[in-house]
Amino acid sequence: MVGIVIVSHSRKIAEGAKDLAEQVASASGRIVAAGGLEDGEIGTDAVMISEAIRAADGGDGVVVLADLGSGIMSAEVAMELLEDEKIDVRLADAPVVEGAVAAAVEAACGSPIGEVLRAAEEARSARKLC
Amino acid sequence: MASRVYDCLALIGARITENRDFLTDLDREIGDADHGANMARGFAAVVEKVPRDNPDIGAALKKTGMTLLSTVGGASGPLYGTAYMEAAKVLSGCETLTAQGFAEALSAAVAGIQKRGKSVRGEKTMLDALIPALEAYTARIDAGGSLPDALDDACAAADEGVAYTRTIAATKGRASYLGERSIGHQDPGATSAAITLGAIRDFIKE
Repeated sequence: MVGIVIVSHSRKIAEGAKDLAEQVASASGRIVAAGGLEDGEIGTDAVMISEAIRAADGGDGVVVLADLGSGIMSAEVAMELLEDEKIDVRLADAPVVEGAVAAAVEAACGSPIGEVLRAAEEARSARKLC
Repeated sequence: MASRVYDCLALIGARITENRDFLTDLDREIGDADHGANMARGFAAVVEKVPRDNPDIGAALKKTGMTLLSTVGGASGPLYGTAYMEAAKVLSGCETLTAQGFAEALSAAVAGIQKRGKSVRGEKTMLDALIPALEAYTARIDAGGSLPDALDDACAAADEGVAYTRTIAATKGRASYLGERSIGHQDPGATSAAITLGAIRDFIKE
């Protein structure tokens, strides 16, 4: 299963999105939350994110979803920190909650990383009120 | 005895901490009022985690960058973290700082910030202090100037750059939500960058 890392400035948002994605997709084990700083303060931590990517990878690669501005920057740094490790990591241009749920459902079906990334990014344009 | 590079990092940290409330107040006007607190928290961790007695400048800067990535929290974490780590690559294994070595390290740091922030000069960011500082620094050493003299020029250019940020609108980061309303306010990131260069200059000249 493709791993999923959920990055947020808030630990609670990252953990809540993880709980929701796991529940909807009936998947667990390869979805990892990387929210807030080590002491629980608001912020993002590139080193924590790199460790989460490593933990989420089971050999099929990892899709990363991140919230606002510096969440993306920290995720990009985390990917660079892992450059020497052979992990296929893709950063999704997607909303964190909806994207994580869509990616988790796709990953739980056993889809390859490209499909999981596409599912996350399609969540960006999904209408809620038809 | 602590190494020279450790003492220099400690001085940068002390200056950042002295200016914590000032930086946070600047950030309150156009951002989210956390720049001073974030940077002070980052440097408190730096002085704790960087080994005191290792004279390798590159190793100390790498540890500084990794520590800032983990502890600053806001956008300045990945930006300053990248800057120190890029400078570390240039100065890896160096135990003394030459004028040319600092030029290459500052250049790598600035390039790292530009790449990380996908930003250029004139967007009301730390680059508005750092790019003029780099240009002034290299112009002085290309003309045969010494490290302290070139740092004086770099600091003067950085301070002018900070003043310039008051005259322009932000187009990057949290302040860009304010657009034209950010004019008249000094950029906190440019300010902390100028404070950093000032600390390095004072340390080298003391």
